[in-house]
Amino acid sequence: MKIKIFTSFIIPAIVLSLFFFGLKNSNDYNTLNLVGNKIDNIELTGLENNKKIYIGNLLSDNYTLINFWASWCLPCKIEHKFLLSLKKDKNLKILGINFKDKKINSLNFLEELGNPYYFLAEDKNGKVSVKLGIYGVPESILVDKNFTIIKKFIGPINSSDYNDIIKIIKN
Amino acid sequence: MKKLFLIIVLSFLSNQIVFANNLEEKEINILKNLRCLVCQGQSIADSNSDFAQTIKLVIRDLINQNKDDQEIYNFLNSKYGQWILYKPKFNLNNFLLWFFPYFILLIGVFLIFKVLKKRKNS
Repeated sequence: MKIKIFTSFIIPAIVLSLFFFGLKNSNDYNTLNLVGNKIDNIELTGLENNKKIYIGNLLSDNYTLINFWASWCLPCKIEHKFLLSLKKDKNLKILGINFKDKKINSLNFLEELGNPYYFLAEDKNGKVSVKLGIYGVPESILVDKNFTIIKKFIGPINSSDYNDIIKIIKN
Repeated sequence: MKKLFLIIVLSFLSNQIVFANNLEEKEINILKNLRCLVCQGQSIADSNSDFAQTIKLVIRDLINQNKDDQEIYNFLNSKYGQWILYKPKFNLNNFLLWFFPYFILLIGVFLIFKVLKKRKNS
């Protein structure tokens, strides 16, 4: 009798509850759970002058937004106006990392749309992007002066993200 | 003398080839255990996506820096989370994944044992 109860009710109940709670989990992959981790103090190469500089020397005393972008990336154009607006805030520096792009195209892009970047680095083969856990462009990481990831923005920054950034850097 | 020289050169070259093959095998084994994050059900080894090609470059660099498999997996885990690994590490969040099959097996064995015992008694 006990076995029957166990096989008929308890085991199916355990399995069903596992599936039920499993359904609540999102299957979409992203790296948002890496918020709170620290980024490495990696070496960057300047896009315009090939100057080598560690990312730690570029971080602001308050917040820095590390933005991966490319001239061939259409969503990068969409987010560009928000980056230009964010540039006006004194609590934030924007560090642009040009991803797998041609130098001439990227400079033309900035000339045409405006340059929101405090420093412009290049990532010709994408290796820098891996060191910062990036898997596509545009992608942005908001870090504080201690290299801690405060927030990640996967895809183009929109008005809601813009408001979030403003709220964080004002606090 | 010439023959001796030739033998030394050939043995050196064959050692180099074996060493290169071992490195290549190590690289392929690692790439097969990594999920392509922007593909549908493909490993980094199988994929030609932009992301996979970048990861391949980074893995080659890490192997050339004499990093072992675990160090490479730990590096990628710290950048992209457990999802990039086909064989995730055992932890509190996935202990059911590792132990549930054994748990079910034990229950099955227990039930069969009980049923057989009951039949024997009756």
